Amino acid sequence: QTHLLSLSLQAKMSRPVQARRLEGIDKNIWVEFVKLAATYSTVNLGQGFPDFPPPDFLKEAFVRALSGENHMLHQYTRAFGHPPLVKILAQFFGKLLGRDLDPMTNVMVTVGAYQALFCCFQAFVDDGDEVIIIEPFFDCYEPMVKMAGGMPVFVPLRPKAPKDGKLMSSADWQLDPAELASKFSDRTKAIVLNSPNNPLGKVFSRGELEVIADLCVKYDVLCISDEVYEWLVYDGKEHIRIASLQGMWDRTVIIGSAGKTFSATGWKVGWTVGPNRLLQHLCTVHQNSVYHCATAAQEAVAQGFQRELKLYGKPESYFVQLPKELQQKRDWLVQSLDAVGMKPIIPEGTYFLVADISEFKSDVADVPDSDEPYDSRFAKWMVKNKGLAAIPLSAFYCGAHKNNYNHFIRFCFAKEEATLKAANDILQKWKREKTNP
Amino acid sequence: VEFTKVAADPSIVNLGQGLPDISPPSYVKEELAKVAAVDRLNQYTRGFGHPSLVKALSQVYERVCGRKIDPLTDILVTVGAYGSLFSTIQALIEEGDEVIIIEPFYDCYEPMVKMAGAKPVFIPLRNKNDGSSASSADWVLDPAELANKFNSKTKAIILNTPHNPIGKVFTREELQVIADLCIKHDTLCISDEVYEWLVYKGNKHIKIATLPGMWERTITIGSAGKTYSVTGWKLGWSIGPQNLIKHLQVVHQNTLYTCPTPLQEALAQAFGIDYKRMDDPDCYFYSLSRELESKRDRMAQLLQEAGLKPVIPDGGYFMIVDVSTLNVDLSDVDEKQPYDYKFVKWMITSKKLSAIPLSAFCGPETKRQFEKYIRFCFIKKDSTLDAAEVILKNWNKQTA
Repeated sequence: QTHLLSLSLQAKMSRPVQARRLEGIDKNIWVEFVKLAATYSTVNLGQGFPDFPPPDFLKEAFVRALSGENHMLHQYTRAFGHPPLVKILAQFFGKLLGRDLDPMTNVMVTVGAYQALFCCFQAFVDDGDEVIIIEPFFDCYEPMVKMAGGMPVFVPLRPKAPKDGKLMSSADWQLDPAELASKFSDRTKAIVLNSPNNPLGKVFSRGELEVIADLCVKYDVLCISDEVYEWLVYDGKEHIRIASLQGMWDRTVIIGSAGKTFSATGWKVGWTVGPNRLLQHLCTVHQNSVYHCATAAQEAVAQGFQRELKLYGKPESYFVQLPKELQQKRDWLVQSLDAVGMKPIIPEGTYFLVADISEFKSDVADVPDSDEPYDSRFAKWMVKNKGLAAIPLSAFYCGAHKNNYNHFIRFCFAKEEATLKAANDILQKWKREKTNP
Repeated sequence: VEFTKVAADPSIVNLGQGLPDISPPSYVKEELAKVAAVDRLNQYTRGFGHPSLVKALSQVYERVCGRKIDPLTDILVTVGAYGSLFSTIQALIEEGDEVIIIEPFYDCYEPMVKMAGAKPVFIPLRNKNDGSSASSADWVLDPAELANKFNSKTKAIILNTPHNPIGKVFTREELQVIADLCIKHDTLCISDEVYEWLVYKGNKHIKIATLPGMWERTITIGSAGKTYSVTGWKLGWSIGPQNLIKHLQVVHQNTLYTCPTPLQEALAQAFGIDYKRMDDPDCYFYSLSRELESKRDRMAQLLQEAGLKPVIPDGGYFMIVDVSTLNVDLSDVDEKQPYDYKFVKWMITSKKLSAIPLSAFCGPETKRQFEKYIRFCFIKKDSTLDAAEVILKNWNKQTA
């Protein structure tokens, strides 16, 4: 039948069916590693989610929302955010930032922080715009910038050798200010900041944030500030919001997550906070992509925040208790890893920990010409042979840099005591096997 | 967005925005309450769709379509049907493409097509009876006019059946005309079937994907919100061949990654309950449409008694009404707005009854054609319809 088809139809049929914006963004590390963990792991310290439940007060709020007289909680709510939720977020973050926030124009609710990131890139990044991404980075930033037609520009955190005998800290991974400055140009539209940082756990200091802020102001660059782990900071460290620095409120979008705040990643409730001149564009993207977010979970999260506002700074506050519990878990995992010869980098924040696995090269041989980075092969071998799931650090680097730091793996320690003990057992057994083969 | 604000006023009888004020079935609410107590269901699930939900969807739709549907490769769960429309358009449409949109259309189609860089090409449904219309079936596409809209740039056509706002249920013959053109021009079909269960006596919902040659080029979109009267759950799905769905999955993994877990699990349970009774008239898929049919008939009667001319829908939960018969003179309202916008604003203020102007659902060329119509939503509880009845009965008394 081909001779009956017009040339233009033949041309059409030979083109790919999918849009060009999908080019180069179809691979996703999680699809592969989540499957591996599901198939092989007995102890899953890979994907970042707690294996303990959300706090009772939050679950109760959800049940109340669902079984109440008001069945309208099963219907659409306000598109840019359920009124009780945006009101409490405006109050809460207004207090933290020392600003008067308008719930209707300074806050927008999203389907997880993930969708907030998507809205930011779609709203602000055009063809030809450059976006600075600090490595290692939460892997979605790069494909989202590309999907928006932008060009990611990478700048690495570089590890400084720790003092003799001490374990490295995430604070030892730092940006070189001159190197950072060299990445800014008149094509730079935005920089993505993630503090506390996934995967390293770094909590950027005031001084480090000021270096970034000065450059943003100098080059008139937007700051997309992913602060989902804002409550998970340890050792008395302070999470500083870059939007509170001089000249930054007007050019920053702050992103938060109920999933990380309240240990309920499956609820997919996130938010953006910022000036109306930026948020109005997020609203445009939102109303043309998702429009409304589910109502009941927003109602429950609102109640969760109301409780936390009342208890702010008090010992019963979840925002005080959760980091306290997680710090203990961090310390257990640090001990377990150190005892077997994996060198943990002590995270200042988040519920992730990165460990150096160079001492374990004997178990998984180096393959010099391999396309796959060493840590990825190691992580796959480890889950298949030891049942312990973790994520290779190279997953958090762009393609060109995947082999720069390829002997590290990331563990998630937001796990029940029993899980961490089981991980310890696996590591101890592994160590014994190495010493007595 | 504009009209939702106005209707938030509780003194206004809101028949505008399409959301039920009836309760979802109790077992649906109960399933969600049960799920809320299960700890692991509060964390991330599978990105492309919670396993128990995609399995339940594949079962239901295998039965409806009469073909095998792979839950992992042929289905994507999204944030409402809205999210499915977005994922489909972002995945498959780009600059240089044309997308045919049938007017009147659910208003998001146009901006979504534009956001993807493509050109919307409009074709109106036309009243075949020239002037008076009693039924949604009177509104038809002109096959020759439709054929003219297709060319080598036509990447897709968006079909909505049952149709919002008119309530038209496309017949097999009408779908065949569209299918023939899709096959001839190698065009995709994005079939928005969110109201698929809401068809009234004498009508049958037919899936264009089941016509020969269409499965491989169609994405069929469904909605939990419309199926179970839970619009606030914002869960929808796209079903189609793997070679198309895989691109929607790429968009999904780069936009929001996963949908909420507890809602998906509860929905899977609800589908399980109704799948088992798909041969039983008590199945919610059928009982809801019976309930709505009597509301439709009541609404139509009230409107007729007030001197208005409703277009009786064959499906969906909207009804469009010709308000020109009332001869309400709004020429002194000096805005350059279409008549129906002015009428709705006047009706809200003076009658405390809200609806949506039909020109909101039209492209720029067709607004004048539809400006004598407004859209009412009738998926409302009895007390809401009672309040509407009072307003409509008193209408003539005031204007007489």
